[in-house]
Amino acid sequence: MIEFNGVSKNFGATRALEQFSLTVRQGLVYGLIGPNGAGKTTAMSILATLQLPGAGTVTVDGRDVVREAGEVRGRIGYMPDFFGVYDDLRAAEYLEFFAAAYHIPAGQRSHLAAGLLELVDLPDKAGVYVDSLSRGMKQRLALARCLVHDPKVLILDEPASGLDPRARAEMKEIIRHLKQMDKTVLISSHILPELAEICDEVAIMDKGKLVACGTVAEITAVSRGARQMRIEVLDRAEELAAYLATRPGISDSHADGPSVQFIFSGEQAEQAGLLQAIITAGWPVAEFGEVKRNLEEAFMAVTGEEAANDGGN
Amino acid sequence: MAEINPVLLKELRQRFRNKKASWLLALYLVVIGAFVLGFTYLNWRNAPGFYQPSRSQEIFILLSVAQLFLLAFVTPGLTAGAISGERERQTLNVLLTTRLTTWQIIWSKLVSSNAFVVLLVAATLPLYSIVFLYGGISPGQVAGVFGFYLVTMFLFGCIGVACSAFFRKTGVSTVTAYGLTFALSAGTALLSVFLIELDRSYRAGASAASSLPLPPDFITGVAQFLQETNPIFVLMEILGTNSILNDFNFGLPYWGVYTVLYLAAGALLLFWSARLLFPRKNN
Ligand SMILES: Nc1ncnc2c1ncn2[C@@H]1O[C@H](COP(=O)(O)OP(=O)(O)O)[C@@H](O)[C@H]1O
Ligand SMILES: [Mg+2]
Repeated sequence: MIEFNGVSKNFGATRALEQFSLTVRQGLVYGLIGPNGAGKTTAMSILATLQLPGAGTVTVDGRDVVREAGEVRGRIGYMPDFFGVYDDLRAAEYLEFFAAAYHIPAGQRSHLAAGLLELVDLPDKAGVYVDSLSRGMKQRLALARCLVHDPKVLILDEPASGLDPRARAEMKEIIRHLKQMDKTVLISSHILPELAEICDEVAIMDKGKLVACGTVAEITAVSRGARQMRIEVLDRAEELAAYLATRPGISDSHADGPSVQFIFSGEQAEQAGLLQAIITAGWPVAEFGEVKRNLEEAFMAVTGEEAANDGGN
Repeated sequence: MAEINPVLLKELRQRFRNKKASWLLALYLVVIGAFVLGFTYLNWRNAPGFYQPSRSQEIFILLSVAQLFLLAFVTPGLTAGAISGERERQTLNVLLTTRLTTWQIIWSKLVSSNAFVVLLVAATLPLYSIVFLYGGISPGQVAGVFGFYLVTMFLFGCIGVACSAFFRKTGVSTVTAYGLTFALSAGTALLSVFLIELDRSYRAGASAASSLPLPPDFITGVAQFLQETNPIFVLMEILGTNSILNDFNFGLPYWGVYTVLYLAAGALLLFWSARLLFPRKNN
């Protein structure tokens, strides 16, 4: 449904996107994850026909975003990371205005606006001026606005940023609903746990490049090369942390009360060898194991490696 | 039936709903009304009891020129934030992802702002009736003046819209739009007066001027052309004061030159503004 093909985009010396390729299948909720400046917004605004790619092609439902921009616009609903609403316009009028902007016949607009306000849980706000709505409500109204022309694809740039936990939960609920409506949703965030719950698949990007993509479970597995380990000892935890720091394949070793945490990269056999060495050296080991990581830590591990590789070059 | 452009409808709704609109209208009428009534009062005090057509002619000229100055003041101000304002409020991107064309967006912005200016001008019609009361003015002259206002506000509005599409900041756009409007209104007048003086000294055979590289006919031609593109000269001419040079025939009457030039320049500015909203390779 969405296809990026070797897309590059420079802003002066800044490489916002570099040979970025990504395929999003129809009906998925797809998360685009990366730290600030990774190029998420750039990728999304190229998809939304607002910027031209420097190189490469982008298609939505088989239509090219440059040559068939009009066709693409009819198929996407785009919510930018930062957006404003108009003064002196009521919520229903706001939606009706955009309905008109998508050539929806005049007779259907008010009915459509009422239905959308219902969908985003603002049914009693039709007559309220949009600039007086709370941030969470504006965000939901903007989401309703994305849906006026019943697009197949939704592009949501950081829709949860700046929202309180309750408003976030509501936003997630609406996105789940969109999935049931068989929309393809591309959603970006730099806050990971959020996406893990609602996304079918995620892509991790950093410095304009795709670092990894797949299901949440796959991503967590990809980053297994570097594992977060935890050892609990009866005493001398500080000493153990210092000892571990001297061993190969171990980084970020630190004591935390009676336990020591570190990042270990190596095979199962090396892990066994490490445990043996610690016991032989006389530490009273009570527990030894891998810390189950969530997506966020997996992400840190993946982008961290990327950064380390860059540094080595 | 063709439907009214959605941006235009939205703009009109926003503009006329805003309290600022009624304040501006009131202020406009107060300024221009005070001007005319004050002048009439002075007239009456100096020569109480009777009125001369030449006096009402004077009031008509004053009123019309005052209105031109107010237009030059109001129109760029209303349009110079049309696009940059949407950018600053972060509403432009969303608008550009709809099925609206950039041309529709630009055109609606201009029409909605100018609709308001037309309202301002129309609201001053009762003041013109005072002038009519005294006689000495033909309805054709009044129609000419209002036609002149429409052409003039079109170009002034286009200048504002183009500045707002070109500059990111409304502040910069507003200053530039006023600057260009001023250059068009005062700059062309000053330049034409300068050229006429130059021509005069040349014809007088002053030795310093006889080294001029340009033929004198060319200079007066340029001066006349400048006058025919200058709103103040053209308005005075419509008001019957014979202020424009009449040495050359450009194939069109002075108001024809003015109208064609202003409408064409405005249309070009609008096309350029619409192009500025297309996505670009860089930036
Ligand atoms: N209009 C622009 N002009 C110059 N640099 C830009 C522009 N937009 C983005 N960039 C740069 O491109 C990089 C990617 O930005 P962006 O796509 O906004 O990242 P993200 O949304 O992932 O935070 C950043 O380094 C940013 O500074
Ligand atoms: Mg961003």
